[in-house]
Amino acid sequence: MKEYKLREYVGLDEVHGPLIIIRNVHNVGYNEMVEVVDEQENVRLGMILEAGKGYAVVQVLGGTTGLSLNNSRIRFTEKPLLIGVSEEMLGRVFNGLGQPMDSLPAISYEDQLDVNGMAINPTARVYPKNNIETGISSIDIMNTLVRGQKLPIFSGSGLPHDMVAAQITRQARVKGESFCIIFAAMGVKYDTARFFIDSFEQSGVLERVAIFLSLADSPSIERILTPRMALTLAEHLAFKKNIHVLVIMTDMSNYCEALRELSSVRGEIPARKGYPGYLYSDLASLYERAGLIKDINGSITQIPILTMANDDITHPIPDLTGYITEGQIVQDRELNGKGIYPPIAVLPSLSRLMKDNIGKNKTREDHPSVASQLFASYARVKDVRALASIIGEEDLSEVDQMYLKFGDLFEQRFLKQDYYERRTFQEGLDLGWDILSILPQDELIRMKEEELKKYYKKNTAK
Amino acid sequence: MPELAGKIFRINGPVVEIEDISSIRMFDMVKVGEQALIGEVVKLSEGRAFIQVYEDTTSLKAGDPVYTEGVALYVELGPGLLANIYDGIQRPLEEIQKKEGFFIRRGISVPALDRNKKWDFHPLSQQGQQIKEGQIIGEINETLLIKHKIMIPPGINGTLKWIIPEGNYSIDEKIAIVEQNNSETEIFMYQRWPVRKRRPYKEKIPVREPLITGQRVIDTLFPVAKGGCVAVPGPFGAGKTVVQHQLAKWSNAEIVIFIGCGERGNEMTDVLLSFPKLIDPHTKRPLLERTVLIANTSNMPVAAREASIYTGITIAEYYRDMGYNVALMADSTSRWAEALRELSGRLEEMPLEEGFPAYLSARLAEFYERAGKVNTLSGNTGSVSVVASVSPPGGDFSEPVTSHTKRFIRCFWALDKDLAYSRHFPSISWIDSYSEYVDDLKEWWHQNIDHSWFELRGVIMDLLGREQRLLQVVKLVGPDVLPQSQKLILEICSIFKNAFLQQSAFDETDEFSSARKQFLMLKSIIYFYRKCEDIIKKGISIEDVRNLPVYQDIIRMRSRYSEDNLSELENLTNKIDQDIKNWELK
Ligand SMILES: Nc1ncnc2c1ncn2[C@@H]1O[C@H](COP(=O)(O)OP(=O)(O)O)[C@@H](O)[C@H]1O
Ligand SMILES: [Mg+2]
Repeated sequence: MKEYKLREYVGLDEVHGPLIIIRNVHNVGYNEMVEVVDEQENVRLGMILEAGKGYAVVQVLGGTTGLSLNNSRIRFTEKPLLIGVSEEMLGRVFNGLGQPMDSLPAISYEDQLDVNGMAINPTARVYPKNNIETGISSIDIMNTLVRGQKLPIFSGSGLPHDMVAAQITRQARVKGESFCIIFAAMGVKYDTARFFIDSFEQSGVLERVAIFLSLADSPSIERILTPRMALTLAEHLAFKKNIHVLVIMTDMSNYCEALRELSSVRGEIPARKGYPGYLYSDLASLYERAGLIKDINGSITQIPILTMANDDITHPIPDLTGYITEGQIVQDRELNGKGIYPPIAVLPSLSRLMKDNIGKNKTREDHPSVASQLFASYARVKDVRALASIIGEEDLSEVDQMYLKFGDLFEQRFLKQDYYERRTFQEGLDLGWDILSILPQDELIRMKEEELKKYYKKNTAK
Repeated sequence: MPELAGKIFRINGPVVEIEDISSIRMFDMVKVGEQALIGEVVKLSEGRAFIQVYEDTTSLKAGDPVYTEGVALYVELGPGLLANIYDGIQRPLEEIQKKEGFFIRRGISVPALDRNKKWDFHPLSQQGQQIKEGQIIGEINETLLIKHKIMIPPGINGTLKWIIPEGNYSIDEKIAIVEQNNSETEIFMYQRWPVRKRRPYKEKIPVREPLITGQRVIDTLFPVAKGGCVAVPGPFGAGKTVVQHQLAKWSNAEIVIFIGCGERGNEMTDVLLSFPKLIDPHTKRPLLERTVLIANTSNMPVAAREASIYTGITIAEYYRDMGYNVALMADSTSRWAEALRELSGRLEEMPLEEGFPAYLSARLAEFYERAGKVNTLSGNTGSVSVVASVSPPGGDFSEPVTSHTKRFIRCFWALDKDLAYSRHFPSISWIDSYSEYVDDLKEWWHQNIDHSWFELRGVIMDLLGREQRLLQVVKLVGPDVLPQSQKLILEICSIFKNAFLQQSAFDETDEFSSARKQFLMLKSIIYFYRKCEDIIKKGISIEDVRNLPVYQDIIRMRSRYSEDNLSELENLTNKIDQDIKNWELK
């Protein structure tokens, strides 16, 4: 960043919290970056939050500890925050601000890009049309992941969201095509980051992964920039270098909390639960940086991970995320308690891009019906279980008893699978039919008649 | 001509404060800074003007100049709107892509309507004729589907001094001159209109005709009128967007305006790519030929999102004035309200509930008031129907945007999370939804489809209500205690939900049902119910009812009977009779 011709001022007028105010400055561009230099010549980055006539309000990213009014200096870069990007960044580890943390050779950057990116023109987008076989049936059969999709994992503390994300990453590797992973950790513990790094290493892809770490002990404000760094690199690799990029961002809840903190320092009027009214737009400015563009071979697929406070899906963070992303994979504490891995609650989960990417010529012609029928029948199981808890299993009708059996098998055989088990679409669909065939044919009204003829198994072990 | 309006005093996100202001009025359109970012004056106070800027304000500096255009934020109305896609302030996105590439840069200026394209103008008035505002003086085939009427802009009356002969002209060419009190006004094939002002009409008239959407739960249970207003609230994933896409595809409006207001980019791409391939069942032409798209997606500037619904409704009114029935979809008005909230916060206004400004309700009222059926200035009738999705935080319908919206609409399609979870789509709740248009539209159904429509609709609504109460009982004690007649109600409602209310948006036969098909389906189910009621008294069990061969025809009727063999569907009542006779013989 040294190459800019920098204007430098000495002395600050006010410091409170992470904000500083400087007066008698001119030509300060809104939202541009500054460098704040303290007495020890340490440089911290700052951002112009408000630019006015003869003054500027600066948000200091490294925190304001140790800054003095008289001896601090401030330099105006006259640029928004830029990040150097390069394919060489794959296989490397960076801090939350995109500076290398490993002691490997210096990177020669291919470009310097504004971390805020620009909105993709909707006319330039290509509607995602290639599914990704993750090998996990509850995803592949019922909530299919598609290349270029943004599909978050909604989880809770203590649930195995990291394992699920790691399993998807390991099993979904698209062989033979240019592929890479960008991993952004915001406010998570070192253990979490280590788990992912180990898993990348184990599956032999580490040299195709760029890692951005803003761990729990780094300033929370840094977290606001980390996903932007990661996505800016992703856009460069996907749209300039034609690489299929998978971006994993964890934990989005920590990102949102940093945003809330910043908003309250600015004295803004909060909307729900103290989060700023623009949380939706802010999250959209990250999540919408996924997808495909005309005439370009690369793509960006996002798997953001977020933990829901008290497992509450109506909390602003999952709520606003779900309103932006193309579906969600929801983890469930009850299933986890039953020892079912991956504990994916299929009913509240959704893949919005699934509809155009399954069925004939994509997976198998019966896929849409199988998925729909599994949803309908499993929803019915929930009702029957509630009824059984009141009147007792014995008093249930014959059909309802079949539903109970179906529900158990669905959870134990269909949902449950090993961390290393990889099922194909075919295997998943066949398993679906095995389990659905426990129910009488008449109950399977979401199935087409010809599908029933072809796949319904009359002599299933009932 | 742009004129210096002032200098930037302060930049605060999308709101810029300017000082040293001269000759600047509320809602004037301005150009901010060296890049000439488009903005609008939203507040004047103590010698300063507050500008809401429609583009990212990064790098603006205090002291940068601001120029005024001297007019309020407007849209261009003329041929070339159809099949086009615009951002929230009517910049043509295809043109921008051609010019600038895949990403939207700031400070781009491209006219909304193509200046080079020639249109085949056909005059409908003669020189010397007396002319009134709104009068149609000529027409153009805008698309093969839609004749674009060239109208005298509001406020202009007089004598037609000159009109251009039939021929090919671009919109910048003068096509007529109107003389009024010794002054002359030039008329072009396009006009400008300030987006925040409703376009005038002669009078509002009652709505009497349904907007047939082809969606059974809507047309049969909760219909909307041409000229009506509907809200579609629901949590994420409940199906708001798909319902609106279905209406944009299949409803029998002549013009569709679809506003993607703060929603996903891919959803607009989906419309853009699928509409040219979809054929309108009413006119057999590609759907895009009657559609205008406005895409201000969630990652595009928030101030332009606020403007997008006004841009959309102004275009809707313009086609209404030509005498068309226009349907406007706004997805989602909650994102519009949030944009309003964010801008209000930046203006340091006093917030009311959940941070929304006190004028939220007034703005919503103004917007919905622009819908309706009217006698136009030119003496035709036209309508604007509004179908607006609402995205309540946490799916809670008591929040401000949903509750205020409810005051201005007469039809409410409440999307239900549990229905969506079990993939019952459209997940429109038959318990929480309502339509106040049923009485207005009854006559239409009776005249055009069948005289028993209202009665049969009443029967099924009543059964659904009774089912609700019976299910409460079942929840507590199980279904066994219910008498056969009540079990039958549960069975019929279950059939109705599976065979009628559910409708796949992705199945070729199922995605659209004509009014006639809907009626025949409803009639068959009620007929079946009544017949079963009779034989239940003679001892048939629900199990036996399910085993009647015709049961399979009924439960699968939505995909079994296509629009081309409705006579078979008509025949279903005979089949029911036959099956029951056979059972009785046994
Ligand atoms: N009528 C329908 N038929 C089939 N699937 C539907 C229907 N309506 C909604 N869906 C499913 O639900 C998903 C979410 O719908 P969408 O309209 O995007 O929800 P919202 O806009 O309320 O968030 C869709 O991607 C689709 O899979
Ligand atoms: Mg939607």
